[in-house]
Amino acid sequence: MSLLEVKNLTVKFPSRKGDFTAVDDVSLSVEPGEILGIVGESGAGKSTVGNAIISLLEAPGYMSDGSIWLKGGRIDDLDENLKSTIRGRRIGMIFQDPLTSLNPLETVGAQLIETIILHLELSEKAARARAIDLLNQVGIENAEERVDQYPHQFSGGMRQRVVIALALCSDPEVVIADEPTTALDVSIQAQILSLLRKLCEERNVGMIMVTHDMGVIAEITDRVAVMYRGKLVEIGETEKVLYKPTHEYTKSLISAVPRPDKKADRFPLVTYIEDVETLPEDVKLSDLWLGKTRDYEDFEGSMLTVERLKLDFVTKRAIFKRNNTYFTALKGVSFDIKQGEVFGIVGESGSGKSTIARCVTGIYEPSDGTVSICGADLNKLVDINKRNYYRRQTQMVFQDPFSSLNGRMRVENIIAEPIIFHKQAADKTEVRKIVHELLEIVGLGTGAARKFPHEFSGGQRQRISIARALATRPRFLICDEPTSALDVSIQAQILNLLKDLQEELGLTMMFISHDLPVIRQMCDRVAVMQSGEILEIAETEALFNTPQHSYTKKLLELMPKFRTSA
Amino acid sequence: MLTFIARRMIQSVLVMIAVGLITFGLLRFVGDPISNMVGQDTSIAEREQLKEDLGLNDPFVIQFANFAKNAVKGEFGLSYTLRVPVSQLLSERLPATLELSIMSALLALFIGMPMGIYTAIHKDSWLTKFFLSSSLVGVSLPTFLIGILLILLFGVVFRWLPTFGRGEVVDLGWWTTGLLTWSGIKSLILPTITLAIFQLTLIMRLVRAEMLEVLRTDYIKFGRARGLSMRALHYRHALKNTLIPVITITGLQLGSIIAFSLITESVFQWPGMGLLFIQAIGNADVPIMAAYLVLIAFIFVAINLMVDILYVVLDPRLRTTVGD
Repeated sequence: MSLLEVKNLTVKFPSRKGDFTAVDDVSLSVEPGEILGIVGESGAGKSTVGNAIISLLEAPGYMSDGSIWLKGGRIDDLDENLKSTIRGRRIGMIFQDPLTSLNPLETVGAQLIETIILHLELSEKAARARAIDLLNQVGIENAEERVDQYPHQFSGGMRQRVVIALALCSDPEVVIADEPTTALDVSIQAQILSLLRKLCEERNVGMIMVTHDMGVIAEITDRVAVMYRGKLVEIGETEKVLYKPTHEYTKSLISAVPRPDKKADRFPLVTYIEDVETLPEDVKLSDLWLGKTRDYEDFEGSMLTVERLKLDFVTKRAIFKRNNTYFTALKGVSFDIKQGEVFGIVGESGSGKSTIARCVTGIYEPSDGTVSICGADLNKLVDINKRNYYRRQTQMVFQDPFSSLNGRMRVENIIAEPIIFHKQAADKTEVRKIVHELLEIVGLGTGAARKFPHEFSGGQRQRISIARALATRPRFLICDEPTSALDVSIQAQILNLLKDLQEELGLTMMFISHDLPVIRQMCDRVAVMQSGEILEIAETEALFNTPQHSYTKKLLELMPKFRTSA
Repeated sequence: MLTFIARRMIQSVLVMIAVGLITFGLLRFVGDPISNMVGQDTSIAEREQLKEDLGLNDPFVIQFANFAKNAVKGEFGLSYTLRVPVSQLLSERLPATLELSIMSALLALFIGMPMGIYTAIHKDSWLTKFFLSSSLVGVSLPTFLIGILLILLFGVVFRWLPTFGRGEVVDLGWWTTGLLTWSGIKSLILPTITLAIFQLTLIMRLVRAEMLEVLRTDYIKFGRARGLSMRALHYRHALKNTLIPVITITGLQLGSIIAFSLITESVFQWPGMGLLFIQAIGNADVPIMAAYLVLIAFIFVAINLMVDILYVVLDPRLRTTVGD
């Protein structure tokens, strides 16, 4: 008898077009002390399995078939009162985003004590002692003191520890962790994963780890279940599934994960896709508007030179300017990017990597230092036409494809806007022709022009962003985490597209990411950043093989190890 | 916290000075105060004398300083038409208005909030649908119409409740109240309901919208996953988070109930400030208008200050940014 058994689980969401089956006949089991991973891309139904186990399906979803057994007792057909004796008490849950998982208005202690009293019927004092004990166990220092603090006084990683402590309040037998480290940095991720592993072993808890990240799966799970469109395609020992996959989907999914160990020419695509999104066909760029010679003057030297770039943010405004409190986001950063080079910037959140991009594009005005693009210092250029001439050569692709496109504009207008602003076309028909060409190039087809952004998926929207960035025929493209919001299969497509464009158009690129494998595949040279400073700049291969700075070594060590089967 | 309150106080004083300037402008430059005060047969010499006596020939700054000094003391001069100090008129009328508006604010809050919570928690019950559709009526019917309908029903048809005035009032020396006599309470019922209905529906809809928003958040979902009862989630975790935006709107609404109760007051012939103000407009009685303006601005500023402080008390996130 397993600790937790899910038999033939089917979950349906009724909609106007008939029922949508989110989970289709899934059976799995968890043993005590074991970590079972559920992996899949967004929409695969992996979170729904977790929610169904704890009977927290989002309305109108319902379990249309199957059963769930905890230690031999069926738990899915209990009434709501009995279910709440299982939720939190025998099955704990950890969610993805630690920043929103805690009630902002109550102290961490109050939330812990409330849950402890509910499940263990202890006195207020005993519950408090247990709360402090739990915080100690999950690795929060000064637990005595921190128990009376509010969630906003904790960092993201610390908050996730509090969330874990909350899930462990009543010594549950099973813990379901839904993407517990997705919102965290690599170093924090490593800490949280080892904490979860340790707690599992010490308490003999069975854990279900829902994630899209193959690295996490390889790092801590004993067995793994692979889901695709609601179906369980493969389940087995982690080693076996990852390195000797049997199902076609698993094979192609695993091969699409960017390799940390070796540089490949192209990213392997997830070829196992039922209704194929139009992949970019071979377009001869040199025949098109985008490929034609641009009206830029040639110049000698680097594409971008950044010298002693410094940026302060005012955190607290005082009456006199000299009394202001500042946060220094960039502490005098210098580097240069050669023409035609792909330059990577890697670092954890808060290291200032996006801030550099924003200073270079002129979104932020630096407090000190110079930024020269194509040999011209932009902050010294007063003439607006001259400024626009240089601005036009630099374009940016943002991280979040959902908020970086105006939802009330049609795609053709979004892409046409920079063309019209920079007067790149003679008349409306030419603008339209260019827009259609750009849409073809990024693989969306001209049909996309009349649609609105919300009609597209995340990957397609990122393609729109790229088309918009290309619309001024830039020489220098800045990509700020362009794929971190996307699934592995989509990530591979977008990165390939960027690579192709870079090669064929001879673009210079600044590529910002926290994802080391992606950096390794994309970049020629890499800068490693930590708290506003560049620690190390090196050729990509040299950096990965012989890192110099201790922080770089640490980052490389913490990167979840996952080698592909090839 | 103290520096925060101090800073807010300074801002409030600045607002009051600005309002004072506008009011002063109204008082001095809209029409000729002398010809408002005196009759047709006053000679030019007498007018000049009066002008000198009233300090109207002084430079602007001194005039404004005098005005401000008096305003702080609550003195706004004599009413043109009633020939009584404005301060005396206001202190007679203020209790009536405050009693009416505070009662109706309480009514709106104590009925609107539970209704909002109920309609958010029981999204599909028939009672929710009834509340929501009838609240539309409350929002869309003009106040005076509601007043007249109430008078027609309870005053004329059933003859249960008085339809005008405050009834018997008890004079406490500094305050007159209708809450201590049976007829006073009876007279309060209809105008209170009339004034409350719009606020009530507004608060209900606001609480409902905010609550629905909060119930969708991750921490409520995480609370459910921890096995917390729906009761604890709804009334502890969700309600507290719902209240923060509700407080702002309710505070502003209280201000506008006090300031703009004049329609209700005139429908029910309620002897409050609103009625006084309407009569003052009719008679071009500038001192009363000026005093009314300053007073209302003061009430708004005071309520805003309280709302800001309440915000900081409720939301620990603001406490750290506010600092000491």
